[in-house]
Amino acid sequence: MSKLELVEISKRFGAVEALRGLSLEVASGEFLSLLGPSGCGKTTALRIIAGFEHPDVGKLLVDGRDLTAIPANRRSMGMVFQSYSLFPNMTARENVEFGLRIRRRARAERTARALELLDLVGLAGTANRYPHQLSGGQQQRVALARALAIEPEVLLLDEPLSALDAKVRVQLREEIRRIQTSLGITTIYVTHDQEEALSISDRVAVLSLGCIEQIGAPSDIYREPRTRFVAEFVGTMNRLDGKVNPDGSIECGGLCVAHGVALGDHAPGEQVIVLVRPESIVLEELPEPQAASGDLFEGRIVAHTFLGAVTRVTVSVAFGAVTADLPSSRALGLSPGTRVSVRIDPSGVRLLSIGTSGPGSDGSGPTGGGSGGSGPTGEAESPGEEGSATAGGLPTRSAASL
Amino acid sequence: MSTTELVEEEAGGLPVGTGGGGGAGSARRGAAAPPRRRRKWLAWLGAVPFLAYVALFLLIPTVEVIVNAFRGTSGSFSLANVRQLTSGQYASAYVASIKVSVATALTGGLLGFFVAWSTLQRGIPRAIRPIVTTFSGVAANFAGIPLAFAFVATLGTTGVVTVLLAHMGLNLTAAGFTLYGFSGLVVVYTYFQFPLMLLIIIPSLEGMRTEWREATASLGGGAWSFWRYVGLPILLPSIASAMVLLFGSAFSAYATPYALTSGYINLVPVLIGSVMSGNIVANPGLGDALALGMILVVSVAVAIYVVLQRRVSRWAR
Repeated sequence: MSKLELVEISKRFGAVEALRGLSLEVASGEFLSLLGPSGCGKTTALRIIAGFEHPDVGKLLVDGRDLTAIPANRRSMGMVFQSYSLFPNMTARENVEFGLRIRRRARAERTARALELLDLVGLAGTANRYPHQLSGGQQQRVALARALAIEPEVLLLDEPLSALDAKVRVQLREEIRRIQTSLGITTIYVTHDQEEALSISDRVAVLSLGCIEQIGAPSDIYREPRTRFVAEFVGTMNRLDGKVNPDGSIECGGLCVAHGVALGDHAPGEQVIVLVRPESIVLEELPEPQAASGDLFEGRIVAHTFLGAVTRVTVSVAFGAVTADLPSSRALGLSPGTRVSVRIDPSGVRLLSIGTSGPGSDGSGPTGGGSGGSGPTGEAESPGEEGSATAGGLPTRSAASL
Repeated sequence: MSTTELVEEEAGGLPVGTGGGGGAGSARRGAAAPPRRRRKWLAWLGAVPFLAYVALFLLIPTVEVIVNAFRGTSGSFSLANVRQLTSGQYASAYVASIKVSVATALTGGLLGFFVAWSTLQRGIPRAIRPIVTTFSGVAANFAGIPLAFAFVATLGTTGVVTVLLAHMGLNLTAAGFTLYGFSGLVVVYTYFQFPLMLLIIIPSLEGMRTEWREATASLGGGAWSFWRYVGLPILLPSIASAMVLLFGSAFSAYATPYALTSGYINLVPVLIGSVMSGNIVANPGLGDALALGMILVVSVAVAIYVVLQRRVSRWAR
């Protein structure tokens, strides 16, 4: 039996439909992230679980018990908020003790527990400091300790790292994962940062317009996007208009771009959307012009961006432009104007059917928010028509047929 | 060019205050000093009108009051005026003034707090808020003789509300209420005290974050726990300062009680008016002594407030 279950939850705020029949199961001890752009309903879902909002339709079950109508203060859900929500009139220790004070635990017991938890989050020396004397990262650690102090049924984190700087964010997310693993506490984590979600979760549920687009292990979400929305939202993706040739190769703009791609249900002659991750595109400098042969074709570098370990290169090709990620050490000689041969690794190609309304089906080119962990782009894009799919044995809704 | 850029350039490219440790750093700091000094002077120049105002209309009159309070009719040093404060009608005037001020600060404060709180509740249309604050802005400044007459017209012996209630079987006078006594003063003062409280406390209430209430709920606490452990302790400094302001506002009110009670209730400001104008017998020295007593009472109230403020807002320092 799952620890927590959302059954066909719908929620409307005036004219805005925040959640549309959202169903979700979370296993005991699992770390699940709700990932999606602003307004996709992820925070609403979390607030419904916490008891701060009530669904118009649907049920919330924890260990099989229906908590839908139970008020927030009787649910035992530990919550860490996006903004630092520590009580400013209490020290770090008093903040952590607060839940136990409400439960009328003895002073000695709650103090010992608070100090133990502050130690767990690495703040043993700051017990007597007030929130305004702590940094943002420290405040969120205290908030985490405070949420854990009551030994909650489920730990809920609502974009807890979004107000922190990049370095602290990475450090703290690793600590959150470490603590979650050591305590084995069921955790639901809301974020719009794909890197954050992919790096710490057991499973990720990608939401759009109040529905789950896809749910699965982070690697599956990244490698096997089931809808265009997921493909474009998670990571950077080249999206090309193509066709399946009779020999099974993939053609774009009259050029054969890949052989040996897993075709799935796609039949020869079918028009498809070809999705390729930048790291699946191999570039080699080409001193002389060369006619396309096999799955090798020519292009010219038009832009490149140094991202640290990798350099992102935009290449103009016969059918548009593609983006490739190269190890920076290999990209040193590749400046704009350089002629290159382009090859697409067939194992990195994913095909989707054309014919569904959806974001950007009218052209080709790279999409997505980049692998650097900055916010995803394309929030205003709609995933198109709804369908339904099953991922990992759990009911989900799909935006585009596969 | 922004101020920061200007400072950095003048400091030789280094942000001001970074030191640098060496002679070069010192030289740079030296180069930056003259413009900083100029800015400092300019800042002080901006404060001159305020300082002049305070000196002319607060400090000098206060010194004058203190000096004259200790001056006899012959102009020499005397404790005669100050000694009178502890006896008879003068002492009772202080007691009555303090009682009215405390009572109206409490009633006005509590009423203002709850109206402000209600206005900000979820479910109350947002359009209500500007209406309430606009009314409060007007009502808080509606005092003096017009206010007294407004209440005479409504709650006086033949006032509209008094007559209406009498028709409904409630005789206010028989119930012990009279507009021209202590209870009447409390009602009239409350009229301008509660909007004042509302105007002061609304920004503090708006600063209460929803997450604090939600965090309390997620930790198992209800509304009572929230207000007891979080809400009230956070608001206490604001409430305390508002209460002191209300106390001072009531303590110094003159025209309203003068018009309403015609001296039936012995309040210090009314008494000062009498001895200064020579209504009974002109005695400016006694008036100054009474004013000195008022300064002392308000100083004690402010001192209590400062101590309270330091205790309740330890967490904000």
